Amino acid sequence: MEPLFILVIIFYLLSTIGYLLYLFFQKDYLQKTGFYLLAAGFLCHTAEIGYRFFRTGQFPVANFHETLSLAGWAIAGVFLLFQYKFGLKILGVFAAPLVTFVVVIAARLPNVPKETGSLLNNLWLVAHVIAIFIGEAALALACGAGLLYLLQENAIKSKHRGFFFKRLPSLELLDSSGYACIVTGFTMLTFGLITGLIYAKSVWGRFWSWDPKEVWSGITWLLYAALLHQRLTVGWRGRRAAIMAIIGFAVVLFTFLGVNFLLKGHHGQFTRM
Amino acid sequence: MTSMLDIVLLGVNHKTAPVALRECLAITKDETSAALKAFQDLASIREVMLFSTCNRVEVLMVAEDKAGAVDTVKSFLSQLKQLPVSEFEKSLYIHEGDDAVRHVFRVAASLDSMVVGEPQILGQIKEAYQMATRTKTSGVLLNKLLHRTFFVAKRVRTETGIGDRAVSISYAAVELGRKIFGTFEGKKVLLIGAGEMAELAVEHLIRNRTGDILVANRTFENGMDLAKKFNGHAIRFEEIKDMLEQVDIIISSTGSPDYVVTRDHVKGIIRRRRNRPLFFIDIAVPRDIDPEINRLTNSYVYDIDDLKGIIDENLEDRHKEAIKGERIVDEAVISFRQWYDNLDVMPTIVELRRKIEDIANGELKRTQQTLGHLSADDLKAINRMTNVMVNKILHDPTLLLKSNGRHQDKSVYLDVIRKLFKLDE
Repeated sequence: MEPLFILVIIFYLLSTIGYLLYLFFQKDYLQKTGFYLLAAGFLCHTAEIGYRFFRTGQFPVANFHETLSLAGWAIAGVFLLFQYKFGLKILGVFAAPLVTFVVVIAARLPNVPKETGSLLNNLWLVAHVIAIFIGEAALALACGAGLLYLLQENAIKSKHRGFFFKRLPSLELLDSSGYACIVTGFTMLTFGLITGLIYAKSVWGRFWSWDPKEVWSGITWLLYAALLHQRLTVGWRGRRAAIMAIIGFAVVLFTFLGVNFLLKGHHGQFTRM
Repeated sequence: MTSMLDIVLLGVNHKTAPVALRECLAITKDETSAALKAFQDLASIREVMLFSTCNRVEVLMVAEDKAGAVDTVKSFLSQLKQLPVSEFEKSLYIHEGDDAVRHVFRVAASLDSMVVGEPQILGQIKEAYQMATRTKTSGVLLNKLLHRTFFVAKRVRTETGIGDRAVSISYAAVELGRKIFGTFEGKKVLLIGAGEMAELAVEHLIRNRTGDILVANRTFENGMDLAKKFNGHAIRFEEIKDMLEQVDIIISSTGSPDYVVTRDHVKGIIRRRRNRPLFFIDIAVPRDIDPEINRLTNSYVYDIDDLKGIIDENLEDRHKEAIKGERIVDEAVISFRQWYDNLDVMPTIVELRRKIEDIANGELKRTQQTLGHLSADDLKAINRMTNVMVNKILHDPTLLLKSNGRHQDKSVYLDVIRKLFKLDE
């Protein structure tokens, strides 16, 4: 493993510790430390991915190690952006460990460069991959916000306010930031699917080929479309929206990983060991 | 000798005396200033301040003859309040020295309050202190002690969570609302019925900048009066059902034997509200709001027992935080003691220096008169020599007194030095 990648993991780990300490002790400087450590990790991570891109001349999603690493990078980046914009500090308690977990898994996988030919140099493909990853990262955060919402709502409804009641922000803030995550995620997902279709057309001459990955991506997209539609028409919010965000992300995970391992399709190369 | 001066505090509080007795002993502002003036003329009491709140009456003083001062205050109180000493003597606590200092710190930091962490007490002590400075009954010791007290109280408040959590029904309701809505801006409040607690809750909400206030009362006129008070609108009791679609926070406090708002009322409007959350605060007994509503989506019902439960939890938290506060107080007592120990050393050092300097200067003057032939330069040299001698003689005794030995050792040295140089005459 490269030293730079080790540094990335160390930063993410320290950030996780910072956020967990924040969860317990509620001191603002802990949260800030966690945030800056994550940002530092993210910068190193960006450099690492950029270096890999530069060295191999292809977008680094050629094996499972690279794919997971990029997923972790996207979650970290999207979280930093959301945190900067919405200030939902407590979400770091979900995001930082998730990023660390994903990157540590990536680090434990063999990192053997796989030849993919010119496949990964197409601009449409790079746009497709980046958009999908950012979208999925935002949906992961939506899932996190949903989980926190359920915890907080349970504390209020059951009237047994325990550990989480004072540590979590208001239901309103959790709900609205989860919604913002889903809007962002859905937009990027849509963009990613469109660029993917265009790429498919340019390579295989067909937009859609009923590949399992395509089918499940379609299902994921429809699910979030339905969720947003319900919110806009009848005001689906709160508990139900939170549960849907969690279910939606489970489907995202299946589309991302499950399809590659359980079903076969033309995305298999990204998760080769 | 100054080291005999000590801080003494006596008083009664909610723990030692029932309210009936505290009422009898309570001292008004006018009485306080009269009392301070009366104490001023007494030789036994050097400095004094007096504070009286609904939970305590305390006299804090600096006295030479502690027992005498305590008796004086007792008989004064007895006279002022027309109450035989025996009536309140058993409820009286008397603290001296460090214990008195600790007590003052604890009271000001609200560690000794009936509701631990309540913020009013500090203001009341500040007021009492101002009264003492105005009548000039506070001196070096009380000034220092009170400034330390304000500092300690502030530290306890900022460094512990002693005052963080709501401990009244209305505050607890607002705290909960904040966890649901985040901000109250633009949120509509409906008050059903009337009552002190309910109205207090509405006032707290208004202070947090809620939107419109609606008031529903069985008697429309009463509702109108209340609405005017809150700058809101009155609605008819029958309109409550329809209004549920618009309002966000409902505070109910009626004498109705049945539920005023039922599950069916709310179930019907959730969709029309586009699932915006509804928060019911039910202060009435018997309850006004159907508890089943709590099971509907995005609807939250808290009744009086739930709110009391929160307050109990919060009080428990405050008591936990109070332990941290006690630690801060302990530190402050030790540091005050150090200052105080040095205080009785300083005058002795100053007096000792003055005595030696007086001797030296006196002899110098006499010598100059007899030795008229000395030049100005010679005189200067002799002057300088004398000064150096005084300093060198005083150097070691001063160091000894200032050293951080135990207080008892020091008072022995102080005693010896004062006797050796006859400083007390």
